[in-house]
Amino acid sequence: MNNMENMIGAKALMTAMEKEGVKEVFGLPGGANLPMYDEFARCNIRHILARHEQSAAHMADGFGRVSRKPGVCFATSGPGATNILTGIATAQADSAPMVAVTGQVPVAMIGKDAFQESDIIGMANPAVKYAFQPRTASEIPEVVKKGFFIAETGRPGPVLIDIPKDVQQNEAEMVFPDEFKIQGYHPWADPDIVAVEKAIDMLLHSQKPVILAGGGTIISSAFAELQSVAEALMLPVVTTFKGKGAFPENHPLSLGPIGMHGHAEANKVMAEADCVLAIGTRFSDRSVGTFEEFERGLKIIHMDVDPAEIGKNQTAQLAVVGDVQMNLRIMVKLLLQKAIKKTEETPWVKHVKETKAYWQENLKLHPGEMGAAKILRKLREILPKESIITTEVGQHQMWASLFYDVIQPGTFFSSTGLGTMGWGFPAAIGAKVAKPDVPVVDIAGDGSFAMTENSLATAVQEDIPVIVFVLNNSTLGMVAQWQRTFYKRRMIGVEQNGCPDYVKLAESYGAQGIRAQSMDELDKAIKNALSSDVATVIDIPIDPEEDVLPFVAPGTSLKDMILPS
Amino acid sequence: MWAILSLLVENKPGILFKVTHLFRARNFNIDSISVGVTENPDYSKITITTIEDEKRVEQIVKQLDKMIDTVKVEHLDEHKTVFRELSIFKIKLSTANDSMEINKLANAYGGKVHDVKKDSIMVELTATPDQIKAFEELAKPFGIIDVARTGVAALQRSGSS
Repeated sequence: MNNMENMIGAKALMTAMEKEGVKEVFGLPGGANLPMYDEFARCNIRHILARHEQSAAHMADGFGRVSRKPGVCFATSGPGATNILTGIATAQADSAPMVAVTGQVPVAMIGKDAFQESDIIGMANPAVKYAFQPRTASEIPEVVKKGFFIAETGRPGPVLIDIPKDVQQNEAEMVFPDEFKIQGYHPWADPDIVAVEKAIDMLLHSQKPVILAGGGTIISSAFAELQSVAEALMLPVVTTFKGKGAFPENHPLSLGPIGMHGHAEANKVMAEADCVLAIGTRFSDRSVGTFEEFERGLKIIHMDVDPAEIGKNQTAQLAVVGDVQMNLRIMVKLLLQKAIKKTEETPWVKHVKETKAYWQENLKLHPGEMGAAKILRKLREILPKESIITTEVGQHQMWASLFYDVIQPGTFFSSTGLGTMGWGFPAAIGAKVAKPDVPVVDIAGDGSFAMTENSLATAVQEDIPVIVFVLNNSTLGMVAQWQRTFYKRRMIGVEQNGCPDYVKLAESYGAQGIRAQSMDELDKAIKNALSSDVATVIDIPIDPEEDVLPFVAPGTSLKDMILPS
Repeated sequence: MWAILSLLVENKPGILFKVTHLFRARNFNIDSISVGVTENPDYSKITITTIEDEKRVEQIVKQLDKMIDTVKVEHLDEHKTVFRELSIFKIKLSTANDSMEINKLANAYGGKVHDVKKDSIMVELTATPDQIKAFEELAKPFGIIDVARTGVAALQRSGSS
């Protein structure tokens, strides 16, 4: 114990956050968090003003995923707090580190249905990794310390700190602890050498082994380890959508994401495999289709930091619990010790490469000049490989998954679990704050962008020049595709009628708006945006009838995917 | 399977809510629940019984274990555990013999008789849920007016952890 000092709760909050290395906070002020806001005048933390609390939370989320440190968002009580709830749930579904700080009505008013009172602790409970509500000012330093620790360790997630207004205002003798204890929290398991050794054995003794890399591979930055294992054992690598870019997608062993809109070659190979090394994945229904069908005839080696994921959706023959980077490192070491380095292609690897070559050549694409594949390949061609991509949710997201190859691991982020439309743009702003020196592009659709487009104000006002790349089919495209496919073309509630005009909208915020109607214009627009000092919206009109294919219909298995006819 | 889960949790407000919320959110079922402070006032013990297949029980234990407020979560083996529930039955007295009959029945199950009135009698019974169920079946013909049950409290026998 050290650093004893008298101060008010709000100041203790900011001081504790500075000690955690916080440099930026995304948020919106209101009555119940004014004491915290007043402290921005007296600390070294930059406040970035969002125009909606949900966007503030997504900004913090994007910041957290890219920097691998909790992003911080502030909101006031009541509607401010309920507005960030979607952002919190999004971070929870994708295991993103975040600390959300809400103001609350004074302690004595709690439960009195006070103005702007909401029981945010009760509402947020199932959507957070943990929630605190300090009732005295002196609790704040330890709460912040614990909050950041919980948010970023083990399987990361959002932590909510709800602070009643009087607790922010009261003065107390503050102790900023260096050490603390959380008895029921065990984020780390020891390395499991025995299990890793067994895993190698299982992979060596199967005929058709693959690696399935999930989002956990990216969260733990196990890129080099994954590549070493894949190359040493010559294992084809598929990923989940969240794991997209865990492995360089231009690598000869890479097949890309599996799942509902997975790559045809990845789904084919996954369905044929007899053994899978599944790394940091929860086997979501979107990735594997029907659970029973996926695990039939498949030996599953499941590596995950969260023991509760083992056996939740799929039965694992072997579990390797712990940080995946740590356990993959052991695997790399054991492979070296045993001098296991496959150099000759097995018939399986040969078959996999043929499958990949076939689908890369024969997958039918939209014939027009402005088809999704051509647009996204153009973007890839121009963007430097270290560029960060975020996406919104919908058709454009799945086209990005299909046609935008991630070359540098860990540069692709999306709301994959909760599927929150409107996530990509504010997340891109957060990502750019975390890494100001690399281009950040939100691959968007017109429907999703509409949900948080007012973050343009933040991008312009705070000088955060991100690029919004809108594939504009003037419809809620994914819903329209389902209505075409499953509801006999009864198109209800999907028309956007070209409203708003995104070029004019961008300009009205003081951002740059460019419409690109040909490949030539697109080429120029991307280059222009990359050299621009202000945020740029590139509006790209596309065919509203273009579907995302392949498509594994819900409740079916990967091998039953619908292909373009 | 019927499973007894014993949770040692921090004795703080809101934790019972989080535990029961987890059951609801994950689509698990609570058969009975009892809560009480332990000898150390910093902790409470929550005992939950549930009826789920083995795989799901394992999943419940893992999810509860993951909760930061739970210090220890155990799936108790009922053969190595002392487990009891307290129940109070209010039973109708219709004929002159009923009081005596119910007294006999209560004695047979180790129950205690309280509050004998002209029209009703109360029986306090501490037993396993199965025994309480059996008593209930035998008391039914007299007419059960009301029942209150506490849920199961359970402790593992020494040397069988």
